[in-house]
Amino acid sequence: MEFLLYFGDVFTPFNFMLLLIGTIGGLILGATPGLSPTMAVALLIPFTFKLEPAQGLILLGAAYTSTVAGGAVSAILLKIPGAPANIATTLDGHTMAQKGEGARALQLSFLASAVGGVFGVLLLIFLTPVLAQWALAFGPSHLFWLAILGVTVIGSLDGSSVVKGLLSGCIGLWLATIGFDDIMGAQRFIFHPSVSGGINVIPALIGLFAIPQVITMFAKGRARLDAEVLSVERHPISKAFGEVFSRTRALSIGTITGSVIGLIPGVGGQIAGLVAYDQSKKMSPERAKFGTGHPEGVIAAESANNAMVGPSLVPLLTLSIPGSPTAAVLLGGLLIHGIFPGSDLFDNHPQVAWTFINSMLVGQILMCIFGLYVAGLAARVAQVPNAVMAAVVLSLAVFGSYSVQNSMGDVYIMAALGTGMYFLERFGFSAAPLVLGLILGPIAEANFIQGSMIANATSSVGQYFFTGLLNLTLIAIVVASIVYSVWMELRHRRYVTKEDAVAKEEALS
Amino acid sequence: MTDLPRSQHIIASGLVAVVGVWVAYVSYTQEPAAAFLFPRIISTVFVVLALWTFGKALMGKSKVGAGLSRGAMINILPGLVVALIYIFWAAKALGFYTATTATFFILLSLYDPAPHSEMRSWIKRALITAGFLAVMYGLFAQLLNVFTPREIFF
Repeated sequence: MEFLLYFGDVFTPFNFMLLLIGTIGGLILGATPGLSPTMAVALLIPFTFKLEPAQGLILLGAAYTSTVAGGAVSAILLKIPGAPANIATTLDGHTMAQKGEGARALQLSFLASAVGGVFGVLLLIFLTPVLAQWALAFGPSHLFWLAILGVTVIGSLDGSSVVKGLLSGCIGLWLATIGFDDIMGAQRFIFHPSVSGGINVIPALIGLFAIPQVITMFAKGRARLDAEVLSVERHPISKAFGEVFSRTRALSIGTITGSVIGLIPGVGGQIAGLVAYDQSKKMSPERAKFGTGHPEGVIAAESANNAMVGPSLVPLLTLSIPGSPTAAVLLGGLLIHGIFPGSDLFDNHPQVAWTFINSMLVGQILMCIFGLYVAGLAARVAQVPNAVMAAVVLSLAVFGSYSVQNSMGDVYIMAALGTGMYFLERFGFSAAPLVLGLILGPIAEANFIQGSMIANATSSVGQYFFTGLLNLTLIAIVVASIVYSVWMELRHRRYVTKEDAVAKEEALS
Repeated sequence: MTDLPRSQHIIASGLVAVVGVWVAYVSYTQEPAAAFLFPRIISTVFVVLALWTFGKALMGKSKVGAGLSRGAMINILPGLVVALIYIFWAAKALGFYTATTATFFILLSLYDPAPHSEMRSWIKRALITAGFLAVMYGLFAQLLNVFTPREIFF
């Protein structure tokens, strides 16, 4: 119950103000199609440089939580999911809005998000310290395999092609080796002066997540956003409150599914929402009503995608292994302040760790309260023309990456990586494994070198890295994730023609 | 539609394979060997996967990735050129705020669906640009004290 000791820190005037700014800003950003939670958090990092670590994390955590929930606004009122996590919400939410029940759908969505989100953060609170202590037993070989696991799981599960996912992870791992080698001081792959100091993670993250979105907006040309904002009629909040808790089956399926999926590295909110929706539909006696504006569809999807947020941070805070791209961005935010996740975080910086986690708990409640009030405004913001959004995001990306070290080199790296990523994404490569490779590369290499030194002094490298229960378990998970993904891809391929796959990707993009 | 993505897949995966081969070549030829031990492991996997992907693209078996349609390329090109000029030249040569003002206004003019013939839409674009720049100046110059390159005006 250590977290209770730091609960008051969330309510200091400045911290609470940051929490409010992050929550309200995140709701509006989340409602804007094309601005994913990961990109929103990446663009916010430069604003945390002047803040204390706990304050910076409060801002980033609040933005993460509320962008996921805010995406429901445009999903319900515009039929455009604000983020991939809100795809399932569109199915019933927008139909409800078309029937004149937009307010009810929004209320159910935010209340379900809050319930799922609180459960997820409680899981984070109770699991994290236990796992952080357990992580003390990890030696260099285990940490090496964990880092590789982080890259391969996301590489194989994220995206439609296992090979291209793993290749993206390899590109990220290679990018992480650019610059001076830590032990020998040797220059590696320095092909341009901008990369002589290595690739700074923050500009790279901004580029990889923001620039592809900017180019995607360019690709739409001068097209007008035809989506119409459906008007919202008043609906008593007490009724929605009662309805959420009367539909316990959908709420519990969504909450549990989201929490479990959140714990698995690499499986994001999009899957959580869709799996919960699907399970809720299968288990409901009213399954025929799903897709026709059934409240349970909204409740299951939204409780799942917010329940995923807390558990997705468990691997990050305990083992330094970000379980999702947004967690990777948060890791960047931690490292900037010289804080390393794991037991060090809870032993030496408990105030930072617990204030951050507590703020996410409070943030869920604030998100629910303010979500209902700013939904109308957020839907209007979601209609901002692509041209404005593209120019705003591009400028923020340039200023944000420059401000990391006051270096034009960082801006060039941001632009080059972002532009390259856009084109790679068009050919089935994925940003998430690349980012994890970039972030986990130094962890993997440092532990590999350290492990090799220990092995040379004690046993052989093969024996050190390939024996022992923990090593073998981690290797088995790495292999299993790849084999499972390959099997799923082959199975999927049997039923889908190349034309279908291309058409599906075009529709999604 | 069928041929365009195939040739694009070959070019894209070919470029990735070239990078992979270069990374492997550098990793295996540069000294000291100890500093390149980890890159050697990565580059080996990198090259194998990149050549596999390239081979699949050559045989026309790349299923994932819709490529770029001609229309999308035409839409992207002007914005991308403006953005790259902004980043790689104007931001430093003209100063961040001047370059951002110009780029912002040009991008709005290129992609805003409002008609170009109406004076009202030009005034609106100018006002949005000025408002955004005021916010950026307030955030970065005043709040965060970021010292950006300044050449013309500010």
